[in-house]
Amino acid sequence: MSVLALDFPEISHLLVWPDIFPTFNKVALIGVFSVVATVVIFLLANRKDPMVAPTGVRNVAEVSVDFIEDDIVMQTIGRDGLGWTPFLVSIFFFVFFCNITEIIPTAQMPATARMAIPATMALVVWLVYNAVGIKHQGFFSYIKNSCFPPGVPFALYFLVAPIEFVSTFIVRPFSLAIRLFANMLAGHLLLVTFAILTDALITANTAALKPLFVLPFFMLVFLTAFEILVSVLQAYIFTILTAVYIGGAAHPDH
Amino acid sequence: MEAVSILAQQFNPDEKNNQAAIGAGFAYGLAAIGPGIGIGYVVGKAIEAMARQPEAAGMVRTTMFLGIAFTEALALIGFVVFILLKFA
Repeated sequence: MSVLALDFPEISHLLVWPDIFPTFNKVALIGVFSVVATVVIFLLANRKDPMVAPTGVRNVAEVSVDFIEDDIVMQTIGRDGLGWTPFLVSIFFFVFFCNITEIIPTAQMPATARMAIPATMALVVWLVYNAVGIKHQGFFSYIKNSCFPPGVPFALYFLVAPIEFVSTFIVRPFSLAIRLFANMLAGHLLLVTFAILTDALITANTAALKPLFVLPFFMLVFLTAFEILVSVLQAYIFTILTAVYIGGAAHPDH
Repeated sequence: MEAVSILAQQFNPDEKNNQAAIGAGFAYGLAAIGPGIGIGYVVGKAIEAMARQPEAAGMVRTTMFLGIAFTEALALIGFVVFILLKFA
């Protein structure tokens, strides 16, 4: 029986890029671009006059810092967590710019679709919230409060303590990394699928199939818009989970 | 279950990792059921809460996003299994 099949490219053609110079490829270039974009935004905003009403870049920077302060830090850590604002702003903007290159026409690859950036950021966040817990509570007290939450009947501690240990020290960094990585990878593969389907239908040999290309094309347009939402949302989720973990380590059981 | 293997053999008789592809499909398909129900429940309850008390909408919305992130991570771990089986 004959099957009309789509010639989907190998996964290495979608995710593995050639080196521009040794050890540096397009994904690393996007990472560097994200850092430079974040720094440039806030450097340019700094040059403006703080005494007049903010406009332009300064307005963007002020809105972002207010957003992180009011909606992320105040909700999760509280007033004494406001010192963490620069760290969280950096994480938010870096992850956002790495994600948004998925739909920017000449790049069209989210740098977070390769596991290097999410894994490293999850490792950094893990080190930070453990360091905060150890500094605020002392090493043994931090481990005791993490693995043996108060308010549990004594006999249940045999069940709860290993679960809490695995959940706090192992599952959290893994889930942070995998959540960001898999969301971006899934979005990238979806866009690739619909783009290839549109192209295959436009250049089809059978004339009856050619007009059908509008259907995957509209899906492609809709998914591109949807990926903007996913990029912002994943950056927000990474940042707010970092704040929640820092808050949980600084104020146990509040 | 056998029907799926027979169909795959018909369409792709020379492929030696047919079973990996079948397993990959099942992995993500089953992994998406639970979080689908879970996220629907979380968002539904959040909508109810926001309708009962509109002034608490901001806090409810923040907690809703957190809940969605946690449950969606489970579906995404299934997606990672799919990628590992199909492409590695």
